[in-house]
Amino acid sequence: MLLALLALALIALVLAMPLIAREARRWRVRRAARRGSGDPLDIPLYDPGRERRAEQRARELLRSCVNDEEWAMYRDLGFIRVGGRHARRESDRAAPGGPVYAYLVYPHKPIVAYVPGSGQLLSEYCVEFPDLTGSGGRHRLPASDDVLAKWMALTSDEDRVIRRANMHLVGRQLDPARVRRDLWRLAEWERRRQRRGVTSSSGE
Amino acid sequence: MKPGHGEVLLAEGDPRVREEEERLIEEFRRQLDEGMWAAVPTTHPGSGRREAQLVKTYGDIPTGADRVIFFPRASGG
Repeated sequence: MLLALLALALIALVLAMPLIAREARRWRVRRAARRGSGDPLDIPLYDPGRERRAEQRARELLRSCVNDEEWAMYRDLGFIRVGGRHARRESDRAAPGGPVYAYLVYPHKPIVAYVPGSGQLLSEYCVEFPDLTGSGGRHRLPASDDVLAKWMALTSDEDRVIRRANMHLVGRQLDPARVRRDLWRLAEWERRRQRRGVTSSSGE
Repeated sequence: MKPGHGEVLLAEGDPRVREEEERLIEEFRRQLDEGMWAAVPTTHPGSGRREAQLVKTYGDIPTGADRVIFFPRASGG
């Protein structure tokens, strides 16, 4: 009787061997995975300088693309003015005072359209350049790259970027008082530049 | 321009060299397939005015352009 039981146990053990081996393999894999994820060195390291370096590169790139005046404007005031390309009349197009309307391009803020002659604010265009790589996180461009992207879009195909933007009256995202202050700062900045230009030319 | 990273060099080469041009074309197409816009910064010879030129095909790139900048396409914010 005992011998028969031992024989049955032996047969059951032999039959169960593949199952036991499979479970043992799974357990080893699970244990290795647990060890791997528990290793503090496997956590991706946060690089605090990455964004700063990205912004530094973006500023250099912007500087190499826009003209000296636009670069100085961005450096000193934090935005760039881009002239509008459209004109209602042909005479407006060739007007000596510059474009009939223009845009203020801020980093990560809506583009503001205004009339340079009167300072009248026309509208704000909310536009962004979203991450298309599908990497998961909602990354955004460095500030200066955002300005450059808007500048390139406006100077190359103004209609396309304006069509894609969400248009609102000024005041939805930007404080109109602040935009008017920026226009005043821009006018002062241009006056100072002009004075410096007159001084340097008269000094020659 | 890559969100979260800024400027990234994708490919470089001399378009007059056949193998290098093929590599440039391949990267150009890949970027456009991913939905990026491509632009070439230009300077008007007369006025010196700076602006960008959007390019939709490799053939649109002006002769002598030293770089093409890819950036995510604009959408309403």
